[in-house]
Amino acid sequence: MSGPHDVGGQMRFGPVVPEPGEPPFHADWEKRALGLVICSGAMGAWTIDESRRARESLAPEIYYASSYYEIWIRGLEILLKRHGFVSGRDIEAGKPVDAAPTPKRVLKAADARAAMARGGPCNRPVSAAPRFRAGQRVRARDFHPEHHTRLPRYARGKAGVIEAVRDGYVLPDTNAHGGGENPEWVYTVAFDGRELWGGEADPALTVSIDAWESYLEPA
Amino acid sequence: MAHDHDDHDNELDPMAARVRALETILVGKGLIDPQAIDVIVETYETKVGPRNGAKVVAEAWSDPKFAEWLKRDATAAITSLGFTGRQGEHMQAVFNSAGTHNLVVCTLCSCYPWTVLGLPPVWYKSPPYRSRAVIDPRGVLAEFGVTLPAETKIRVWDSTAELRYLVVPERPAGTEGLGKDQLADLVTRDSMIGTGMPLEPQR
Repeated sequence: MSGPHDVGGQMRFGPVVPEPGEPPFHADWEKRALGLVICSGAMGAWTIDESRRARESLAPEIYYASSYYEIWIRGLEILLKRHGFVSGRDIEAGKPVDAAPTPKRVLKAADARAAMARGGPCNRPVSAAPRFRAGQRVRARDFHPEHHTRLPRYARGKAGVIEAVRDGYVLPDTNAHGGGENPEWVYTVAFDGRELWGGEADPALTVSIDAWESYLEPA
Repeated sequence: MAHDHDDHDNELDPMAARVRALETILVGKGLIDPQAIDVIVETYETKVGPRNGAKVVAEAWSDPKFAEWLKRDATAAITSLGFTGRQGEHMQAVFNSAGTHNLVVCTLCSCYPWTVLGLPPVWYKSPPYRSRAVIDPRGVLAEFGVTLPAETKIRVWDSTAELRYLVVPERPAGTEGLGKDQLADLVTRDSMIGTGMPLEPQR
């Protein structure tokens, strides 16, 4: 989806504002927000792809006006409602009103550190051989789907070179929508800056993306 | 309501109230262990942060074999130093050289190598950086006080899949004879994103 999140190459967002000595959190609610997102995800009802999709589906005027933790919380509310864990009446009351389904698991404090250290690898075996090889010219597909995708707009239709064949990874485009993992080979594809941004672009610039195989075609 | 969005500790802050309500609901339904949140927060406040990445870089500066391993299989090399887990499951290390400067971004969201750098800074997650890093990296670098020679190649890595990138900056001159701990002290977080350079050694 060409949503508000897909900002690569857009202009007018203003300068970057580095914050020397930046703390990990800027308010106590951000700490709880991080924990709520991780603990809710640990229930196992949705995938990281579905959670990214939820954040991207926010209306542009909300997405751009929100801090990142606010985007996370708004996305989390969407997921919790979609999967029946929280109702509109719960939110309205600010306390539990309606019953919730039993989650696959509840992340307990005693297991939390180990869960963070374990993570959630999303590489998967792919039975087919990679379609592309390092050094090969490819073109990113020019598609504009309604569904979730990780092919950024600025690369669509552009020609680049396969720099590396990585591994098989869960395909976000289907996994975000309950359509299964459908793992595909992922490639690092390098684009000349002038291919992406035109002849006036910095000739010393190369930008790479990591692209699933179905995002690419031979060039 | 006071129109004061900067005062995030204010009890009336709408996001603070919203998050508290959500936690109350989830804890009340038995879906969340609030103490697990405490453990997660403590982990990223005190245990998992850019000092991890600095140790990786210092090791690579000190040991060519480790550097080679890091280049070939960053996930395994970083695991050998004890840094594993969430948002570091699939690591790639990219090495600066005299002719090439690497810069990492996630234009689509906030993908960042948590295991070695901790939680991403606000600017990394915000549209100004995400939008411009891919089209105007020199302009972005200038805002960090970094100016590169025009002929230096800039390589931007957009983290669009599940690979997470760690920049290995060049070892500063004048650091011969420094131990790994002293070297790690020179490695800033921004130098491992590509928006900064390592510190110079104290004379």
